[in-house]
Amino acid sequence: MKVRVKFFAALHDMTGRRELNLEVREGLTVSELYRDLCARFPRLANHSASLMYGVNAEYVSADHPLGDGDEVAFIPPVSGGAHAH
Amino acid sequence: MLISITADPLDPQPLIEHVRRDESGAVALFLGVVRNSNLGRRVLHLEYDAYPQMAEKKLRQVAEEITSRWPITDIAIAHRTGRLEIGETSLLVAVSSPHRHEAFEACEHAVNRIKEVAPIWKKEVWEGGETWLEGKGQTTLQPQ
Repeated sequence: MKVRVKFFAALHDMTGRRELNLEVREGLTVSELYRDLCARFPRLANHSASLMYGVNAEYVSADHPLGDGDEVAFIPPVSGGAHAH
Repeated sequence: MLISITADPLDPQPLIEHVRRDESGAVALFLGVVRNSNLGRRVLHLEYDAYPQMAEKKLRQVAEEITSRWPITDIAIAHRTGRLEIGETSLLVAVSSPHRHEAFEACEHAVNRIKEVAPIWKKEVWEGGETWLEGKGQTTLQPQ
């Protein structure tokens, strides 16, 4: 099945890509897809702990299974404003 | 309710006009502006990246959440993307309500929620480097 992957912010810098169309196996989860992508873009591995996942513009859990035609976004932590300063 | 994500400069006036009502005695307006320093560094400019479809959806959800929790009359949110210079406005939130207390409270809560849930990221460009700000004050340093 086909999925479209979107990269933003630091992940965009790390991959040099905005978007990627991929053929993946049925039932692959979003976190498995990310792990697979780390092989192709090793710098992504630095970010795996803090990521959120988005499928079709909604937050999903790491074990969310992908469906054909899904749009997948790997979402680095958002900036959260300046609360800490 | 008015939600927008745009690369164009933000003007508060249309948002104020959108939320203003004859029965509302208050309009609270928040502007997030680019400041010239962060973590002791002199900031040259910022770059905002967004996942527009999802960000718009999340801003709408925040607006709906605020509307259901406070007796406000209307809310408008606009977020800018792309390169912003010092002093430029990155975020606008306008809230109207019959009395000021609700407008202030709802406006502050809206800003906090937007920063938590909207997939919008900020890259700080300073002298000698740049960094995507992640989490509350955390940074990933990427010297140029």
